[in-house]
Amino acid sequence: MSETNFDIVIIGGGPGGYVAAIRAAQLGFKTAVVEREHLGGICLNWGCIPTKALLRSAEILDHVNQARHYGLTLNGEITADIKAIVARSRKVSDRLNGGVGFLMKKNKVGVIWGEARITGPGEIRVDKSAKPAVEPRRPAPAGAMGEGVYTARHIILATGARPRALPGLEPDGKLIWTYFEAMKPAELPKSILVMGSGAIGIEFASFYRSMGVDVTVVEVMDQIMPVEDAEISQIARKAMEKRGMKIFTDARVVRVDKAANAITAHIQISNGKTLQITADRMISAVGVVGNVEELGLETLGVNTEQGRVVIDDYGRTSVAGVYAIGDVTGPPMLAHKAEHEGVICVEKIADLDHLHPMEKSRIPGCTYCTPQIASVGLTEAEARQAGREIRIGRFPFSANGKAIALGEDHGMVKTVFDVGTGELLGAHMIGAEVTELIQGFVVAMGMETTEEELMHTVFPHPTLSEMMHESVLDAYGRAIHT
Amino acid sequence: MPIEILMPALSPTMEEGTLSKWNVKEGDTVSSGDVIAEIETDKAAMEVEAVDEGVIGKILIEEGAEGVKVNTLIALLLAEGEGQSAVQSHIAGEVAPAATSGSAAASTSDIIPVAGLPPAPASGEHRIKASPLARRLARDAGLELGAVAGSGPQGRIIKRDVQAAMAQPTPVSSASAAHATAPVAIPSPMDEVEPLAKYGVSLDRYALVTADNITKISADRLSESFRDIPHFPLNMDCRVDALLQFRKEINAKAPEGVKVSVNDILIKASGLALKKVPQANASWIGDGRIALHKHADISVAVAIEGGLITPIVRDADQKGLVEISVEMKTLAARARERKLKPEEFQGGTFSLSNLGMFGVRSFASIINPPQGMILSVGAGEERPAVIDGALAKAMMMTVTLTCDHRVVDGAKGARWLAAFKGFLEDPMTMLM
Repeated sequence: MSETNFDIVIIGGGPGGYVAAIRAAQLGFKTAVVEREHLGGICLNWGCIPTKALLRSAEILDHVNQARHYGLTLNGEITADIKAIVARSRKVSDRLNGGVGFLMKKNKVGVIWGEARITGPGEIRVDKSAKPAVEPRRPAPAGAMGEGVYTARHIILATGARPRALPGLEPDGKLIWTYFEAMKPAELPKSILVMGSGAIGIEFASFYRSMGVDVTVVEVMDQIMPVEDAEISQIARKAMEKRGMKIFTDARVVRVDKAANAITAHIQISNGKTLQITADRMISAVGVVGNVEELGLETLGVNTEQGRVVIDDYGRTSVAGVYAIGDVTGPPMLAHKAEHEGVICVEKIADLDHLHPMEKSRIPGCTYCTPQIASVGLTEAEARQAGREIRIGRFPFSANGKAIALGEDHGMVKTVFDVGTGELLGAHMIGAEVTELIQGFVVAMGMETTEEELMHTVFPHPTLSEMMHESVLDAYGRAIHT
Repeated sequence: MPIEILMPALSPTMEEGTLSKWNVKEGDTVSSGDVIAEIETDKAAMEVEAVDEGVIGKILIEEGAEGVKVNTLIALLLAEGEGQSAVQSHIAGEVAPAATSGSAAASTSDIIPVAGLPPAPASGEHRIKASPLARRLARDAGLELGAVAGSGPQGRIIKRDVQAAMAQPTPVSSASAAHATAPVAIPSPMDEVEPLAKYGVSLDRYALVTADNITKISADRLSESFRDIPHFPLNMDCRVDALLQFRKEINAKAPEGVKVSVNDILIKASGLALKKVPQANASWIGDGRIALHKHADISVAVAIEGGLITPIVRDADQKGLVEISVEMKTLAARARERKLKPEEFQGGTFSLSNLGMFGVRSFASIINPPQGMILSVGAGEERPAVIDGALAKAMMMTVTLTCDHRVVDGAKGARWLAAFKGFLEDPMTMLM
């Protein structure tokens, strides 16, 4: 007879939910996770991880296509086998999905398989999930509990988010895709129109472009990747246009006409004119909305607004004993933000000492398009808007020895400092491997270093990280290699 | 290695004090518990006891030194077998290398001036954990990092801590409002030699004396209280014939040697009135909150040589008059000898000041922060009074309640006074 009474039950086994569950188990709470289709959530099954696998294939393809620049001759032809690329991506997800199942077992976290609804204070009813978001649904992990009524002193909502659908432009799974379909195409279309240039849109645009697909990006804001620093975004746009992408900003898809195997998008551009672009497929990547429905929140009186659960600094909702973390609580909708929120939430329940709310201004963001983009903190414009007097440092990849040796001499490291205090307010990078570099600045910000410590830090030579040092020096007019 | 004797903190808020007296000299043998020195703070003189046994190897702070910071090394105690060389090496190595370089070969009787000592000697000093950004913010704001509470990992001071400290109105810790010594602004540069010259009073017409700690601290605190607290007085005449009769009866039956005074009864009545009108037993807290006191702890003003001190009768509402009388007698005696412990004069919730014995008819006292009220008691005297419609003689006493309007408004203060007067005019009710 399986247990039905827990200290903490977490609804949703994505990166926020399963990490919170492990932390709760570490703290001695009797913990269970309710999951309706896949441990690891979107991140691990249909998001962050499988796209990285796809983009790795794209990157290797790009490298091979550049082989002659490195003195290598390819005798024969390199072809992208989309079925095999997708299969590899799925295998990567499978492996990690199994890994989460193992972690649950190892930490003695119960897994309850099905769709949860809070039926009263501390009470959850789990039913068989009616309609999975994606087919095929993964089978329940071995040893999972099933439908029934469960009780918990604390219930944490970690239900995540799903693609936003714009009225009239709703994804249909055939001609208009979301990331679900874009992740596992049966064959490569000849042309794709990507609506939205956030991380998801731009990563798919980058992937399909590398695969040789004719890609058009339509962004409603005045720059691609609207959350990034304008200067970085501009460099990205140029690099992507050079790769053959067509990019329209200040542009809005107003209507889509569907043919048998193509769409025609009517796009309103800034000067009031309308463009028509025909493509085989369209990817709708206009953001995500929180999964707040059918959880029993209205009955319970949990406060929600605009598709997200309202929480305080420690994940507490308006109802005692009910908490929420991750995408369902609103932006930034990032797995690492969800994980950290989950940990803080559980530690607050445990009433640990020295807890502090997450510093939202220090959450980094990474986009794995080509060229890569990574950033943390305030953009130059945000810093100015906040009334800060700032110093800007810039250092180009073209002046870094390692970048040149790699044949990756396009990109920039940009830093934003507060003039008065030397506080590092933001760091913005574009170019090869910057997603792996940004943590250096994230740690620096977390430790509250000023420009002085960064200047006195010895960066290893020859590395791309030297550009981080030089960018700091440049902010104070002391860069060596420019 | 010699044992360090450090300037003790007599209360949590004490930062410095006067080393008023050494009871031992170098070479004296002391054992644990011996009184070796006396320290004077704002409110009390305290004895410093030896905690170890040994020989006083060196006295580093001379008798009468003022402003000695808490934790300053004041003397070195030599353990058995240790000679003067241990003192030399200890001082040279650990205390103040700078001080030993000039007048280096300090003879054992040399006194190192206070100014030459580092603020906190090696043993009392802790590395302040702070982020680089916090250090810079504090430096730019002229903020002492040591005064900032750290909220980062293991108490590390981080940006938000410094920002929070900067947002506070004064750098003085708000918890020590009672001891805050906000500097009083001096309108124009003072002539140090002839401080009253600008008022047209020449030096030959007065003598200059240095005020003791009590007077100095009181001056600052009273200025601050009078300036910063929105205070107002409420007067009330009380007929005390019944009270005097009541006292006479009590004293007739009191144990040998106990004589309950009118003031003792007023202490009891104050405590009872605070319990009857608990909303008036309150303190305003700077951040917009109010402390509602659960106990009626009465600070009773006692004049002592060189100042005023307010020993506390705690839970006055619950004590019998004989008990209050005995307690007050010992407290007052110990106050005059300056032997009160900090907890005996810090932390009252209400103050009582009585100048009746001097023939003062009525007066309004200055609030003793963080208390919300202080009662000033005038002389009991025969006055004409209308009793039952006819003019008659009655023993009357005028009391004045000074209230902090932020916690005690006029109506609240009046309700308290009515309750107080009720107890005085019908003393039996105090026993119910």
